[in-house]
Amino acid sequence: MAAIAVRRSVLPGFGLTMGLTLTWLSVIVLIPLAGLFLKTSELSLDQFWVIVSSRRTLNALKISFGLAFLAALVNLVMGTIVVWALVRYRFPGRRLLDAIVDVPFALPTAVAGVALSALFAEKGWLGAPLAALGLKVAFTPIGIFVAMVFIGIPFVVRTVQPVLIELDPEIEEAATSLGANRWQTVTRVILPSLVPALLTGLALAFARAVGEYGSVIFIAGNLPNVSEIAPLLIVIRLSEFRYADATAIAVVMLVAAFLIIFVVNRLQRWAQTRLPMH
Amino acid sequence: MRRLLLAFAAVVWAGSASAADLTLLNVSYDPTRELYADFNKAFASAYQKETGKSVEIKQSHGGSGAQARSVIDGLQADVVTLALAYDIDAIAARGLITPDWQKRMPLNAAPYTSTIVFLVRKGNPKGIKDWDDLIKPGVAVITPNPKTSGGARWNYLAAWGYAQKKFGSADRAKKFVADLYQNVPVLDTGARGSTVTFVERGVGDVLIAWENEAFLALREFGKEKFEIVSPSLSILAEPPVAVVDKVVEKKGTRAVAEAYLNYWYSKEGQEIAARNSYRPRDPEIAREYENSFAKVELFTIDDVFGGWTQAQKEHFAEGGIFDQIYKN
Repeated sequence: MAAIAVRRSVLPGFGLTMGLTLTWLSVIVLIPLAGLFLKTSELSLDQFWVIVSSRRTLNALKISFGLAFLAALVNLVMGTIVVWALVRYRFPGRRLLDAIVDVPFALPTAVAGVALSALFAEKGWLGAPLAALGLKVAFTPIGIFVAMVFIGIPFVVRTVQPVLIELDPEIEEAATSLGANRWQTVTRVILPSLVPALLTGLALAFARAVGEYGSVIFIAGNLPNVSEIAPLLIVIRLSEFRYADATAIAVVMLVAAFLIIFVVNRLQRWAQTRLPMH
Repeated sequence: MRRLLLAFAAVVWAGSASAADLTLLNVSYDPTRELYADFNKAFASAYQKETGKSVEIKQSHGGSGAQARSVIDGLQADVVTLALAYDIDAIAARGLITPDWQKRMPLNAAPYTSTIVFLVRKGNPKGIKDWDDLIKPGVAVITPNPKTSGGARWNYLAAWGYAQKKFGSADRAKKFVADLYQNVPVLDTGARGSTVTFVERGVGDVLIAWENEAFLALREFGKEKFEIVSPSLSILAEPPVAVVDKVVEKKGTRAVAEAYLNYWYSKEGQEIAARNSYRPRDPEIAREYENSFAKVELFTIDDVFGGWTQAQKEHFAEGGIFDQIYKN
């Protein structure tokens, strides 16, 4: 409290603003989350463990987190390439492409889900040639992966874009003039300055993919243990009126997500201190 | 500026008034979307002709058990048209419907009946002829979750009834049903959900479905893709209807709600049921549509299980036989 008092600004309104902020965040974020923990605390530790370690729950969590991580990695690589093209080059249609990157963001998730499942179904435009090659996408874990990649596209691009715009091309030119080849310029000059933004983008894409429900359930098979995502399992438990089960799984997801975000955050701080260009 | 705002507010207020004189909410079970689309249109025009008032009927669909719980939790349904009497009894037990609701309308308040049949892929590649084929290894069976769906519970009881008659003991019946559920890869929350899984997602070899759902699948997706197999023995399902007293008293819609349900017992209502592959009760219309329905030997829930309350307690309650055999 003392620190706040010392740094208090001369501008009026601190009390009111702080009060409104705390109230708003509490109502929207903290109280619902606390409710989640409260409902779960109705279970004994044994019951909680039984629910969380059941085969179906573990498989659902594995599918959700595992595929979300893979999808986020793919988005990291592809997103970086996309943002590079959008920022560094000028070509006709660049603005249109830039706008298209936002489509997965703007599209209602159910619409995205239906579109993807129609596209990748066995008779769909992309599904048919893939099926001919022996690859079934819709209603399999691959379909889940595709949906997660789709909705994660804007996160890496939009997080890295401002940083890349700020990055002066002069620095690259300086590196080249000092004798660095293209590979060295990329790995020693450009990428290091992007690492914090890349990690943030990765974390955001991952977080979004883990929680994604609407776009995924249409294209997932929803078969327990095979292609069932954790949010769907939570909904099924709710529909069976097993509220405590549902909140138990939700709590596990919440804690895991927090841990991962925390780790990424630490990585970012480390990157900022250790890597050059900062 | 003020006048503009006032005018705008007036327009919004006037526009938000309902277009119809009366509105009803019908909370129904999963497969009846098309049935009530037909029925509501016919009723609305008949009611308009008779009383001059226009009525708008809003629909809600979902697994019968889940719908019943929504009504108990406060969903303001004027009428409930669910898959089985127990779900309406559960609502009555909470005081929302009078306990003698089933006697207020003819034929146990069930204006049509149905039964449970199998839907298989065209050509019947797995050779499904009867219930025994469903427990064979390598056969994937699609049926919904008895915890939420009414159709699912009829399916379960039909299977149990068959096994009990064939093998003679409840233990053998339990083993049979347990084996059956071993072959089920996914339990959807409602009958329509299972139909979607079987038909659109291509999961499973056989769908245990309401007879009306099976016929609907043939109509919508083509007879070239699926065929109906009638089991040798199935259960007579009597989906009942009821007015939710507490709600109609509050909203003042009792007269129109009762007229709505009574329309089921008119010739037009029965015709609509038959057209949508629900077995009509009216003997004349039943005779007319005789050939549109499968010829199946039917038993009732009272015959084998002693009624819904008994069946629900024994099989579907928390810790009941279904919970014992299906651990997932």
